[in-house]
Amino acid sequence: MFAYIVRRLVLMLVTLFGISVIIFVLLRIVPGNIVDILFAAAGYVDQADKANLERELGLDQPIVVQYLQWIGGMLRGDLGYSYVSEKPALDEILPRIPITARLAGLALLFSASMGIPLGVISAVKQGTRLDYFLRVVSLSGLSLPSFWLGLLILMASVAMFGTMPIFNPNPKTWTEALAIYCVPALAVGFRSAALTMRITRSSMLEVLRQDYIRTARAKGASEQSVNFHHALKNAILPVITVIGIEAAFLIGGLIVTETVFNIPGVARFLVEAIRWRDYPIVQNLVMLIAVVVVLANFTVDMLYAALDPRIRYTD
Amino acid sequence: MRSVHALAATVLSLLAISEIAHAGEKQGGIFRIYHRDSPGSASIHEEATYSTNVPFMPVFNNLVIYKQDVAQNSLDSIVPDLAESWSWSGDKKTLSFKLRQGVKWHDGKPFTSADVKCTFDMLMGKSQQKFRKNPRKSWYDEVADVTTSGDFEVAFNLKRPQPALLALLASGYTPIYSCHVSPAQMRTHPIGTGPFKFVEFKANESIKLVRNPDYWKKGFPHLDGIEFTIIANRSTAILGFVSGKFDMTFPTEVSIPLLKDVKNQAPNAVCVVEPNNVSTNIIVNSSSPPFDSLDIRRALALALDRKAFVNILFEGQADIGGTMLPAPAGLWAMPKEMLETIPGYGPDVNANREEARKLMQKAGYGPDKHLAVKVSTRNIPIYRDPAVILIDQLKSIYIDADLDVVETANWFSKVARKDYALGLNLTGNAVDDPDQSFYENYSCKSERNYTNYCNAEIEKMFDVQSQETDVEKRKKLVWEIDKKIQEDVARPIILHSRTGTCWHPYVKGVTVMVNSSYNGYRYEDVWLDK
Repeated sequence: MFAYIVRRLVLMLVTLFGISVIIFVLLRIVPGNIVDILFAAAGYVDQADKANLERELGLDQPIVVQYLQWIGGMLRGDLGYSYVSEKPALDEILPRIPITARLAGLALLFSASMGIPLGVISAVKQGTRLDYFLRVVSLSGLSLPSFWLGLLILMASVAMFGTMPIFNPNPKTWTEALAIYCVPALAVGFRSAALTMRITRSSMLEVLRQDYIRTARAKGASEQSVNFHHALKNAILPVITVIGIEAAFLIGGLIVTETVFNIPGVARFLVEAIRWRDYPIVQNLVMLIAVVVVLANFTVDMLYAALDPRIRYTD
Repeated sequence: MRSVHALAATVLSLLAISEIAHAGEKQGGIFRIYHRDSPGSASIHEEATYSTNVPFMPVFNNLVIYKQDVAQNSLDSIVPDLAESWSWSGDKKTLSFKLRQGVKWHDGKPFTSADVKCTFDMLMGKSQQKFRKNPRKSWYDEVADVTTSGDFEVAFNLKRPQPALLALLASGYTPIYSCHVSPAQMRTHPIGTGPFKFVEFKANESIKLVRNPDYWKKGFPHLDGIEFTIIANRSTAILGFVSGKFDMTFPTEVSIPLLKDVKNQAPNAVCVVEPNNVSTNIIVNSSSPPFDSLDIRRALALALDRKAFVNILFEGQADIGGTMLPAPAGLWAMPKEMLETIPGYGPDVNANREEARKLMQKAGYGPDKHLAVKVSTRNIPIYRDPAVILIDQLKSIYIDADLDVVETANWFSKVARKDYALGLNLTGNAVDDPDQSFYENYSCKSERNYTNYCNAEIEKMFDVQSQETDVEKRKKLVWEIDKKIQEDVARPIILHSRTGTCWHPYVKGVTVMVNSSYNGYRYEDVWLDK
């Protein structure tokens, strides 16, 4: 087990190195850099001024030198300066992480707490009206784009309550504080909950047909015990896998949700940074996301062993 | 004697009314506005977008400024700001200012004539400290130098008379910077002398300003502060305004169709639609085939159905004109009857297009041989939408055009390389004055003359109108120049847009300027009646 973990950690480092190279190269392949954009915003191009600015930002250096400077800085904890705000990249990124983490955590919580129980109910009540209704709900969740759902929620909120839960760094009441995170989490978590519901349902249906479930029922176990103790425990592995993948993919859903609800999180900041070709911000943020994804995968793999005694990682 | 008494009584009553009016202005409150995007920096001199002017103009003062409660900017509406007064020398080659004394920068240091000199030396590229970008350097091409006399007198010495210099100095684009604050700091933490002090600028999040208690204009500003919440999503922003989270929309940013939504959802909101002196135009690459041919350029101009653009894009609420903003908002546009004599501006679109087809046939194109071109434009709806209409209209004169959508990052470098045939472009004019518009967009040496249009005869006429002190004579010269530019199809102007601004009824003292969207954001006389 220990050797497996070490091997996985080494593999994680290799993966992150590969990602760092890909991010770095891709960013430079995309036409236009921050200097082009700054001059585009100023509506003119002055070659001498451009050259000065490229020199000031270190963009005149060979690409390998730029890469080594970035990696070297990162290892020293120096993420460089944002080209746009001219503030340390770390100062720009750090305050946004808790905001996005809170939102993503709530969305995942919503996804699991709604998706798993409803998936179980849908499977247990297969073929009933309730099952059909829940399947329609889950299909809606998968079909509705989160930006559209977000806008609908905002419009309904304005029409019904005369206010809207867009981000406010200093909420006046606890209900406002709750709303500014829970409502966007609901919008983004709805799709994820729908997916979890569908996976739980199909996994449960497969397990419920197994012989040991019949045996449990024959032994007089209650329906609740059969469904949640015997069936769900065995059906949960694919669900955990999906939730792990969703955690990684959530960032995509958060981009639009953060935009619609005007949440100053990491996802929206990343889009803006890409638009401005703010390399220090984009590189470091994508690396951060890569670390989160790699760690999420690692955690899911470790959870397999904890949840299913049949799974053992051998050296 | 009776008339003297009557005059005195009138003056006294006017003063009383003014006092009552002033007394009615409530102090305090935070003015909340949403901002359409995150400005590149806080340094007005380094940016070329009103995304920077709107939040940061309240931090600064100019030497002179367009009176903030007069909607139409003109030489007559210019009032002293950091200058107490100004005067021209007899030969009109020296513009002198007497400066206000006792003014302090927000960090407590005193304002002097040295700051004025520093600002303009930097703008003219004459100082050690440099701006990263200096998009309006050409505004000061005729300024030989700026000299000081003591701490409170400054003079602009010109190479030749240029009465319009005062108009440029009054723009929101011409704040006075401090000598002791570096350009880098101005980009992130601006220090000014204005009615509001900078508090913070969180990119993509918010900009906060607070009342300057030591503002030199006593009794101003009325507000405790201004908060701009940056909301890139327009629907969210409008909903925020409707729900009362914001007191005002971002100025001149509400499109005509959106305005209807706002009025439906917030019927009490005060909304105005005004020209913003932004023209939608076509940049024509006349340095290479096929548009190096004047005939084909003229055919292009004749193919335009400007009313269709206005109706589709602005539901009829936009103006047709030449380079200069049309009247009544614009001061320098040629009369309608003169405009209609220019090819393509006549009311009979079918007749124009018939003539265009003849010109195309003369150039070797026709029903069996269409000209294939690309219409390049930025990947932004306000650029893309008119480009699509243009492509449709060009079909009527045997031109098959494809849309070439270019990301903003690559737009200006593409244009500078002349890597386009036709481009759909938007041009905003900061000052409604021919000196700003002509030199910037059509002068041979201008960096913003994207088409490289260069006509020595016209260039001479630019200088003649620029030196003319008689406004009526200058107007006639300007009309002639504008007409000639349109006839040369240098950069056909399709329309001049109009946009909306809305605020809640309790917001008082907002004036939306009608011939520039860059100059009216000092906000020192805005107050909240709640």
